Amino acid sequence: MNYTNLFKIAINALLRNKMRAFLTMLGVIIGVASVIAMLAIGQGSKKSIQEQVSKMGSNMILVFPGSQSRGGVQMGFSSSKSLTLDDIEAIAKECPSIKMVSPEVRGNGQAIYAGSNTPTNIYGGNEYYLAIKKINVISGRAFTSADIKYAAKVCLIGQTVVNNLFGENADPVGSYIRFKNIPMRIIGVLEKKGQNTFGQDQDDLLIAPYTTVQKRILAITHIQSILASAVSEESSPAAVIEVENVLRKNHKIRDLQEDDFQVRSQEELVKTFSSISNILTILLGAIAGISLLVGGIGIMNIMYVSVTERTREIGLRMSIGGRGVDILMQFLTESVLLSVTGGLIGILLGIGASNAVGSIMKWPIAITTESVAASFLVCTAIGIFFGWYPARKAAELDPIDALRYE
Amino acid sequence: MSKKIIELRNLRKNFIVGEVVVHALRGISLDIEEGEFVAILGASGSGKSTMLNIIGCLDTPTSGDYKLDGLSVAGLNKNELARLRNRKLGFVFQSYNLLPRTTALENVELPLLYNPAIKSHQRRELAMNVLEAVGLADRMHHMPNQLSGGQQQRVAIARALVNDPVVILADEATGNLDTRTSFEIMALFQELNRNGKTIVFVTHEPDIAKLTKRNIVLRDGNIIKDTVLNETIHARSLLESLPVNPDYD
Repeated sequence: MNYTNLFKIAINALLRNKMRAFLTMLGVIIGVASVIAMLAIGQGSKKSIQEQVSKMGSNMILVFPGSQSRGGVQMGFSSSKSLTLDDIEAIAKECPSIKMVSPEVRGNGQAIYAGSNTPTNIYGGNEYYLAIKKINVISGRAFTSADIKYAAKVCLIGQTVVNNLFGENADPVGSYIRFKNIPMRIIGVLEKKGQNTFGQDQDDLLIAPYTTVQKRILAITHIQSILASAVSEESSPAAVIEVENVLRKNHKIRDLQEDDFQVRSQEELVKTFSSISNILTILLGAIAGISLLVGGIGIMNIMYVSVTERTREIGLRMSIGGRGVDILMQFLTESVLLSVTGGLIGILLGIGASNAVGSIMKWPIAITTESVAASFLVCTAIGIFFGWYPARKAAELDPIDALRYE
Repeated sequence: MSKKIIELRNLRKNFIVGEVVVHALRGISLDIEEGEFVAILGASGSGKSTMLNIIGCLDTPTSGDYKLDGLSVAGLNKNELARLRNRKLGFVFQSYNLLPRTTALENVELPLLYNPAIKSHQRRELAMNVLEAVGLADRMHHMPNQLSGGQQQRVAIARALVNDPVVILADEATGNLDTRTSFEIMALFQELNRNGKTIVFVTHEPDIAKLTKRNIVLRDGNIIKDTVLNETIHARSLLESLPVNPDYD
């Protein structure tokens, strides 16, 4: 029996019981649609976290001071003052995998312009700071090494602060604001970055030379953290080790002693957050997979009913020359047709549902070719797997008994 | 001497039911030649169905030899038996066994679907030819539930004929039909036989058996009588002798 005929016979058999075929397919449709939608949601969140993290900087490596204990009392994360400008110089000089390095100091306070004021954060860095954090200046200019040298009272301003102090679409370049009573000239406006994954507004900030922030605003000599940029993504693990070695040497830490600093790479952050959303994806996928399995069992059930119902037909087909394998293929074609048709409809429905969720709930959605291809293959496999036993039951019937079946 | 279509030699068939061995056939030897029209008669349990199943290659004998069209059937596997049924045999059943919601034409095409040598246009043509031959040219696209019992049995006969079998095996083919329709079907069988078809017809109705050319009577798994009917009774003439509406006059 050729495939065209098998296909025709299967379609005719299914069309004889349209409602039943549809309801059986519905199990698969719902299963596949939910698998696609759940994977789209899971992978969407993964992708958006990855994007967010990569927006934070270019192959960034972060150095924080280690937690400090004084008389047995833990002082908490980043509480020590162990990082200094010497460390920056040493990293710049001795780490071949590091392209750029900048200190970071930060403080918060009230920014005031004319009659309006707003609470905001001020960050201080050197001339590489913007490049490391992938921040662009859209109007005006960035600060120069001269600005840093003289601790110039200049700053770059984020969009949220512009809106709060100057109103929408204003160009504040050249204006003076006061931050903690220090008058500062605005020399540039930063490009809008929006919220990050954690809901933090990345535009609510001022950036100034680190010297200005250190001396004029915070009155400190240490630095709060170090930002560096690795030459490439691949070299970032090596860069982490280089930075660790340089800092241990600089801080005179002996072999078995604990570091008084922590080095984190952006790559690690991506991994950490990805692993969280991977778990989410697996969980969602597994739940959806169960419904697909239930759909498959539905097919098996209906195929058993169908074989019993059509026992005489099977007997007749055998008596006129149908071999066991012909009967097997006939029923297998039916179940695969059910599951594959259901799968195709389910894929369309799943893509539609994912997009609907994406646009209504504003969730990040990523429908991957892999997830669509995988669900399609799983459907076909389900059709064969769950169709096999009923089909084999049909194929193994004794023609004499089958013909007499009432 | 014409060609032997069916040769049974000392055919035995035992069934084991629980711990009891049932001897359904106890050493049957029989030859059926090309062009014969044989009725196999017998009461229930006489072994006639078992014998038909073996002749029809649906079942294999416990011992003894069976040659169909010169080919020994003993020792063939299931697939080879299926192929033999497809190429050499035609079945007509008591309850027609047509596929529901499938047109007469498609029902008749069915055996050819299992023969990969036959292309789809040939299939259609052959099916149309046999349907015409059984007098259903105008009913080809009707579903079984739109046909009378006699018409359904004609479709079944057409289905049995479509692969041009060496023998047609009919199992109580008139059992579900009234007298008039039974005679009509028998007339059709007689006509097929006149055109050279070999027919083996299992029945328990002596009236129907009279319309064949040879009667074999089975009892308890043995042939107890094998008579050749020299005088042919035409089913057509019996039909004419029937009252037009026997039940409602």
